[in-house]
Formats: sequence, structure tokens, C-alpha cells
Amino acid sequence: MAESILKVKGIKKYFSTPKGMLHAVDGVDFEMEKGETLGLVGESGCGKSTIGRVILRLLEPTEGEIYFEDKNISQLNKKEMIKLRRDMQIIFQDPFSSLNPRLSVSEIIAEPLIIHNIVKKKNSELEKEVLRLMDLVGLAKRLVNAYPHELDGGRRQRIGIARALALRPKFIVADEPVSALDVSIQAQILNLLQDLQEELGLTYLFITHDLSVVKHISDNIAVMYLGKLVEKAPADELFRNSLHPYTQALLSAIPVPSIKSKRERIILKGEITSPIDPKPGCRFAARCNYAMDRCFKEDPELTEVGNNHHVACFLVEEKANN
Amino acid sequence: MSDNILEIKDLVVHYITDEGVVEAVNGLNMTLKRGETLGLVGETGAGKTTTALSILRLVPNPPGKIISGEIHFDGENLLELSEEEMRSIRGNKISMIFQDPMTSLNPVMTVGEQIAEGIEIHQGLSTDEAMEKAHEMLELVGIPRERAIDYPHQFSGGMKQRVVIAIALACNPSLLIADEPTTALDVTIQAQVLELMRNLREEFNTAMILITHDLGIVAETCDKVAVMYAGEVIEYATLEQLFENPKHPYTIGLFGSIPSLEHDVERLKPIKGLMPDPTNLPSGCPFHPRCSHAQDICKERKPIVTNIEEGHMVKCLIYEGVIEAKEVL
Repeated sequence: MAESILKVKGIKKYFSTPKGMLHAVDGVDFEMEKGETLGLVGESGCGKSTIGRVILRLLEPTEGEIYFEDKNISQLNKKEMIKLRRDMQIIFQDPFSSLNPRLSVSEIIAEPLIIHNIVKKKNSELEKEVLRLMDLVGLAKRLVNAYPHELDGGRRQRIGIARALALRPKFIVADEPVSALDVSIQAQILNLLQDLQEELGLTYLFITHDLSVVKHISDNIAVMYLGKLVEKAPADELFRNSLHPYTQALLSAIPVPSIKSKRERIILKGEITSPIDPKPGCRFAARCNYAMDRCFKEDPELTEVGNNHHVACFLVEEKANN
Repeated sequence: MSDNILEIKDLVVHYITDEGVVEAVNGLNMTLKRGETLGLVGETGAGKTTTALSILRLVPNPPGKIISGEIHFDGENLLELSEEEMRSIRGNKISMIFQDPMTSLNPVMTVGEQIAEGIEIHQGLSTDEAMEKAHEMLELVGIPRERAIDYPHQFSGGMKQRVVIAIALACNPSLLIADEPTTALDVTIQAQVLELMRNLREEFNTAMILITHDLGIVAETCDKVAVMYAGEVIEYATLEQLFENPKHPYTIGLFGSIPSLEHDVERLKPIKGLMPDPTNLPSGCPFHPRCSHAQDICKERKPIVTNIEEGHMVKCLIYEGVIEAKEVL
């Protein structure tokens, strides 16, 4: 088995709102190996971005532990965290709001290098490093003094990637990195991320709502619903043999660009329920076509059913027992 | 009565700005039969939304201007109508669903009032009668009638889009234009909304133009597809023709850019480069700078429409027999 790089244990993140406690992430465990891409999928409001931020300690977890390279990082102080940022970076969704409009391309990419004292400001080495990074992500040299507003979404996202790579991290949270881009540009960025992973041995936590993107890029996929993981499996296995009723509905809902595949579509009733002070029981029960009495009373645990396939559903559990 | 509900001929729309003239739509031709659904596909800046706004004569002027062309709806050239005549068509015979349900509803009117507004104006009903019809429309889109007194902020995104659909269909239009109607929605909610639109369209026999960048949605919803690039339709075909036998290198590139759920591909085959700057469009074929088959002549000669077979049209010099494809298309 390959080396583990990240382990999260019982992560919870609650936000206090006027209406009550919002359970954004409610007890999530998973582990990632070096060089792996874990796709984290779910619909808006399911807590996937919150997990990404909690892992990087951009948000403090309410409960739970995060281990990075076997070191518990959930209690590190600010100074120690700054050091750790060299190893853990993030690429944001919106290439329009995640770049400082008053900094030029080279200043944006150089900023992490200066903050972490890797190269001194106004040093020829800094310039060389910035150009190396720009080259790495496919940005033309002539754009070195351009400002973000002069560039299109695809190029801006390349700046965000170069900035994340500047410190030579081992682990990157990619939070919907291609969602704001047109398909032809999206494909360019996905290819770039894959090339960089191969070249630099990166580990990605790839957060997205786009299931065809996640299947393409991930080794393993975790499906989230209202703050909990409902299913986790190797990518092929998940698409071939999804077990959780939510995953099944989600997969069947994707419009496929092909006229040959006529699939049975599972239309879910209703909409995502409120994450504020949720009732006990399976979070999906209210929309589930197979919900039993038990589903409204107890929380199903994420359990392995073989082939590295984990699922949290009483239905699957009972089928296995019979 | 002609078979075609809509015929657009050589439409040219420009936005005249300080930074130059944005050539948004450049000689667009399109026809739509009654009851048919046409998918209008293309990336950001291809001119899809401008085309839709032109049909409703809602292109903001200034800076936008319909330079030339004809838009025949039900035999009438919309571009020659007075503003008053146009008002009686909008929301009545032609209606539109906008992309963002969060901003296309009035936040200080109840949803019932918003649905009733158009009914009252166009169908000459009393306020009470219009409100009763609004309640029926709400139920039709799957929202309990009791919620007519609620305001938009009390609804979720999917519900708001249902309200927008109810408004659009309230006067039983013969043409519905839906501009990315599900882009802002989650995939399970998108499935609900698309299903609703399909059912209602069949029930009312409404012709529809569905603007989208998602070929998956096109495959499920449309009868015909028009692929737009730089303000022109570069390929037009039936759904089967386009998906089984795409011809234009851009269309083929679009298919190569989408990660497939059914086949495993190691790497995507993206289209190189970027969408052209609409203030400075390439000469000749607008796609030539990104096209892997392009030759020198593509920079000079503008491709004309070639008929591949009945109902399948493409604008590319390969099919005019002027150049050879570098590989088999």
C-alpha cells in the first residue's frame, strides 16, 4: 500500500446562525494516499468546500482531527501553520475573484515565494522562478506584467494554479477549478492538472459538482450529502456499481451527450433538506425512494462492502446480511 | 399558415462601444418549425444570448444595434413592428426564460402577482381571474397554489426557476426561448426542471429555442441543433445527424472536450487557443486560428453553407472541396 498523506477523522464543522446550528460537515472520515486524486462530489450546500477549507485550516474544525503526513495538524498554532502552507495549497473556483486585481501576473505568482522567504524580493532568481512557473502552467512570457482583468477565465485559472504551485506543495485542494470555464478551456485546464500531477507527484483533493469531470480525473470518488459521506469507492467501481440511492439518482441525472444511451432516470422528489439542526437519521431519507422506518431514527455508518467500496445505507447493509 | 414559426435571415447585431465594435452576431440564418425544439449551442461569447434577445427585440440599445437582417415570426417581420406591437408579442406569443432565476424575478412582488401580471395584460382578464389562472400555472409546475402569496426569497433556486417557467408559459406562447434555464441549478434539480419543461412543451405544443453549452442537455431535449461560433451558425443538423456524424472541426472539438461517462479516456482532446475577440474577428473562417485542419486559404476565404445531406448544413471549406482534411473527420 502506498504512503498515506492525509487522514481526516470525525471532522465536524458547525456554523452558528440565527436560525440554529448549521451542520455544514457532520462527521467525515477519509484517508488519501500520496499521488492520488480523490474526487469529492455533491450538490451545492452539501459541505464539500467546507471540508476543503477545514483540511487547510482556513476554517477551524468544530471537532475532529486532521493528519498530514502522520502529523496531527488540527492543533498547530499560527506559526506552525504558515510553515505547513508550503506543503498544502488551494486552487479556487472563481478565477475572477480569487486574484488581487491590483497585482500583476508576476506579482501574484511571486507573492507566496516572498512571504515564505524562499527568494528575496527584486532578485533575478525570483524573476526566473516566476517565469519557470508561468511556463509550467502554459502562460506566455509576454503576460508577465499583465493584470488579471486583461485576461480570460482560462488564463486567470492558470495564474491561480501557478500561485498554488509556487511553493512546490505536495497536496492541493482544487475547489471547483474548472466550473467557471467553457468546455474547450475546461479540457485544457484538466489536461494541465493531470500533467502537473504526473510531473510533480501531486496529491489532489478535487472538489466538484460535475460528475463527468470527477470521473475523468479521480482515482477515488467520495459522494457527499448534507455534511456526510454517503459513498466512497474507486472511480470505475462507483460508476459501474453505485450502491447508495442518492449516488444512483445523482448519476442517473447527468445529461449524457450521446443519443444512443437511453438510460432509466431516477427523478428525486423534493429538494435538499435544511442543514440547520438536522433531525437524527439518514440525511437523505426524506427524498429516498427506499426509506424504511429505521432510516428516520438511526444514522447509517460508512462501512466497507468489499473492493474498497464504502457506503452508508441501511438498505445495502440489510441486503448484505440476507 | 407556414410550417415555420420562426425564420431568421442574415441577422447582424453589433454592440458599439468605446473600445470598438463588438460583432456579436454576423449573418445568422436559422429556421424553426412549429412545436420543434432547437438547441443553440456554443461557448461564452458565441452570440447565443444576443440572438435570443434580438428575436424579442430586447438587445440593449445603446450599445447594441440590429444592423441588418430579418426575423420572421408567424409570417411577420418582427424588426418592422412598432414598439407597441412588439409589446403585445413579448410574454404572450414569444416568451423567455432567463438563465438566472435569482435575478429574473421581482423581489418585492409575490410570485402569484408576477405570474398574473402577464396574464392580465395579454389576455384581458380581471385581476381576480388572472390570479386564479396564476394559481393553476403554479400547480402545473409543481408548486402548491397556497404559495402564490410568497415572495421569491422564500423559494429555493429550483422552485424559483419553476416560477419563471410558469410566467413564461402563462399565456401559452407559440415560441419559448430558454437561455441556459438549468445552468444555475444542481444536477438532480436540473433533471426535475428539464423533465417539467419537456412535459409542458408536449402539452402545449410550444416551439422552443434552448440555449445551452451542455451537449448532454441537447441530446435529451432537442430535435435540431445549431452550433454557433463567433456569431454564426457553423453547423446545423438534426439531433441524430449532429451526434452521430458531426462535421465541423469545432463541433468535433466540442465533443472531444467533454469528459465521457461511458468511455475511459486518458486525456481530453481540447480545442487549442481561445474564443476570438469579437471586436477583432479573424478574417476568412472565424475558426481558422484554432482549427487543426486550417490552411492558408482559410484565412482569406469565408466558407459558405454546404449541404451534407437533407437538413445537415455546415460552414467549412473542407466540405466545399477547397481543402483536404488532415485526418478523416
